[in-house]
Amino acid sequence: MKYVIAIIQPDRLEEVLQRLNDKEIHLVTVTSVMGRGRQKGIAEVYRSHKEAGSLLKKVKLEIAVNEAFVQPTIDAIVGGARTGQIGDGKIFVLDLPRVVRIRTGEEGTEAIG
Amino acid sequence: MNKTVVILASICLLIGGLGVSLCVAEETKAPAAPAAAPTAPAATPETPAAPKIDTGDTAWVLMSAALVMLMTPGLAFFYGGLVRRKNVLSILMQCMIILCIISLQWVLVGYSLAFGPDLKGIIGDLSWVGLTGVGDAPNADYAPTIPHSTFMIFQMMFAVITPALILGAFAERMRFSAFCLFSLLWATFIYDPVAHWVWGAGGFLGGKGLGAIDFAGGTVVHINAGMSALACALFLGKRIGFPEKISPPHSMPFAVLGAALLWFGWFGFNAGSALGANGLASNAFVVTHTATAAAGLGWVILDWFYMKRATMLGVITGAVAGLVAITPASGFVTPLGALGVGFGAAFVCWIFVMVIKAKLGYDDSLDAFGVHGIGGMWGALATGLWATKAVNSTGADGLFHGDPMQFARQAGAVGVTMVFAFVGSLILLKVVDMLVGLRVTEHEERVGLDLTQHREAGYTLVD
Repeated sequence: MKYVIAIIQPDRLEEVLQRLNDKEIHLVTVTSVMGRGRQKGIAEVYRSHKEAGSLLKKVKLEIAVNEAFVQPTIDAIVGGARTGQIGDGKIFVLDLPRVVRIRTGEEGTEAIG
Repeated sequence: MNKTVVILASICLLIGGLGVSLCVAEETKAPAAPAAAPTAPAATPETPAAPKIDTGDTAWVLMSAALVMLMTPGLAFFYGGLVRRKNVLSILMQCMIILCIISLQWVLVGYSLAFGPDLKGIIGDLSWVGLTGVGDAPNADYAPTIPHSTFMIFQMMFAVITPALILGAFAERMRFSAFCLFSLLWATFIYDPVAHWVWGAGGFLGGKGLGAIDFAGGTVVHINAGMSALACALFLGKRIGFPEKISPPHSMPFAVLGAALLWFGWFGFNAGSALGANGLASNAFVVTHTATAAAGLGWVILDWFYMKRATMLGVITGAVAGLVAITPASGFVTPLGALGVGFGAAFVCWIFVMVIKAKLGYDDSLDAFGVHGIGGMWGALATGLWATKAVNSTGADGLFHGDPMQFARQAGAVGVTMVFAFVGSLILLKVVDMLVGLRVTEHEERVGLDLTQHREAGYTLVD
């Protein structure tokens, strides 16, 4: 089992979710986050104060999957989020030792889907 | 999309054409229509002799102008709450900049075009450009008991909010530059002429022409803005992801605040249109409130019955539909008539927004046509049903009070305005599209108009 974490541009979220859905990956946790990478982004300006180089709005996806779904998940995220511009984001794939479904007490690969 | 355009356009042209023919038929039947029904803003002329300023009237109309001014920011919050987080500032910005742009347009040319000395019933001339001669002395044609400048500033606030109503149709996808240009052109080439037709001394739809009655602007403001909104929604096309992937309103509390401010400001809009602190103003105040309450409740009942729950958005949408509908009728109907106007507005607009619009599939983001266009048409026609001279001796009797022809006159004014606003707006949209481009790019639309058009964000994520 793997835990896939992806940081993407907020405006690509819908496209990524659609592609995940197409590959039958329905379970996903989405959070609005702030982050900083190499991207400069669109600077906000308030009166004379320019918000430059500050934290940018990003979206974080977290998806727990069985081995067979790791590559489809990555393909869906890359396909939906890639624009070719700096700031498209990153995907982190982590090992996932244990999963428990609260309702039934099931564990492991049965609990994940 | 093309099919929708054809269906909607033909429905509108059909209704409009019917109205126009009614209007022509009326004119040929009664070439010398009795001049019994003066134009809406004209208060009861008490003495035709030397006009004298009444301080009570002046105070009320100045206060009303301020109330109507507050409606535009109110509308900003109403609309702003209904859009997605990434576009909230674009809505507030459009409302605030329109307050600036149209106010100046009104001072420079707008007032003269709309209310200046008549040219063949079509438009005012340019003799009041820059408010030349519009000062302390009352103008007997419009308001004999208040300074002419008071009447002018009151009317300015109407001119401001009307183009602001339209922006609900193209919210979340129009370029800011295109918006500014379109609003300025629209105010000059659509609003000012229609205001002249209905309210201007000599205008061909008003008291000395067709004889349609419109107390506070159902035709000039709501049908006009509503039909233009439909033209905008069709011309610009749908938002990306419409309808499945458009998130719900980002701030319902803002929308409720905005609707409440609209309700409050509307007392100035309608009761102020009596142009005096008198019984007529009081009646307008009472029926405005009554119809709004009826429409808010009516919409909720329909929601509850057919959608299983009474909704917050339902109350405020119904209330706004009621305010729209009572606007032309507010100086002519009794409180019981207002109940009919209000419940009718909720019923007609609910059916249109909840059932018909979904089937047609066009994207009027915030239902500017569904509420202001449809509600405005209902209000203008309902005025022809429930109007009675018992309320306003200078008004008219509607169908339910013995004069079926008043209904036809109302339909005529509705038809003329619908066709003119729809066709005129399409032409202006085409012009603006060629000059600066109407729609933002796909990327800008996805990122949101706040950041791409204004370099600002409505909300921060971290403190």
